[in-house]
Amino acid sequence: MITLFDFLALSGALFAIGLAGIFLNRKNVILLLMCVELLLLAANFNFIAFSRYLNDISGQVFVFFILTVAAAEASIGLAIVVVLFRNRSSINVDDIDSLKH
Amino acid sequence: MIQQIVFIILAALTIGSALGVIVVRHTVYAALFLVLTFVASAGLWLLLEAEFLALVLVLVYVGAVMVLFLFIVMMLDTDTQSLRQGLVRYAPLGVVVALIVFAEIGYVVYSREMGVSFGTPLPRAGDFSNTRELGQAIYTAYGFPFEIAGVILLVGIVAAIMLTLRRRQGVRHQNIAKQVRVNAKRGRLRIVHMPSESRTGEKNP
Repeated sequence: MITLFDFLALSGALFAIGLAGIFLNRKNVILLLMCVELLLLAANFNFIAFSRYLNDISGQVFVFFILTVAAAEASIGLAIVVVLFRNRSSINVDDIDSLKH
Repeated sequence: MIQQIVFIILAALTIGSALGVIVVRHTVYAALFLVLTFVASAGLWLLLEAEFLALVLVLVYVGAVMVLFLFIVMMLDTDTQSLRQGLVRYAPLGVVVALIVFAEIGYVVYSREMGVSFGTPLPRAGDFSNTRELGQAIYTAYGFPFEIAGVILLVGIVAAIMLTLRRRQGVRHQNIAKQVRVNAKRGRLRIVHMPSESRTGEKNP
């Protein structure tokens, strides 16, 4: 049978992959946003697995709210990327260092 | 038995396409791999009997958010060669961090009972409606958070429009509100009374 721990291990692996993506990728802002989406998906996996195995619908309600917040986050993040590209003609993470100097 | 086979196939697809997101060279392919990750996850959520959220994941994420990602990726003219230069240099750090995080999560998950016994749940009856259950929870116990979620979406819309709106200087464009507001009779039209003339040249009274 599929146990809860199978789903938790899968979600842990997804979370680790998303985190590794943020560390690996120092160039492309859009790919960073995609890795954040992966992290949120891993969190949603945990909520839904616990909701099923504890037989409580509240977990799915929280997944609903997380999806809402993730959609708003993606739209605002992409708007910021567009403005950034318009002002700097680049979405390279290494180029965004104005506050460092 | 068949559930386990489906789980293994979908889990392998999810992990594999998530790896594809972070290692593939081209950003468009990364977005498409992310779409595959979401679709495989939706299949796994169906296996967990969260039918409504599985369909919402496909409709909202694959249909709206990832299309928005693809739109932005194709709109921005980026140099794909230079965008991947640091991958080999940062690979050891990323792999080490990922392994540490995975080991920590695995330790927490497998070493504790957490005081709750997680038996395998029975499959639901055929006439059980996940959507009805979710709707009853959202519109009764979680009514106020649900409205806050609507406000968050509104703030997202306003913020995205305000961020990308721009008025370039030195470009001639119509200001329609100003045009509508003009009172032509008093502002720019002057009526001059003058006597009309007939064909023969004598003036009419």
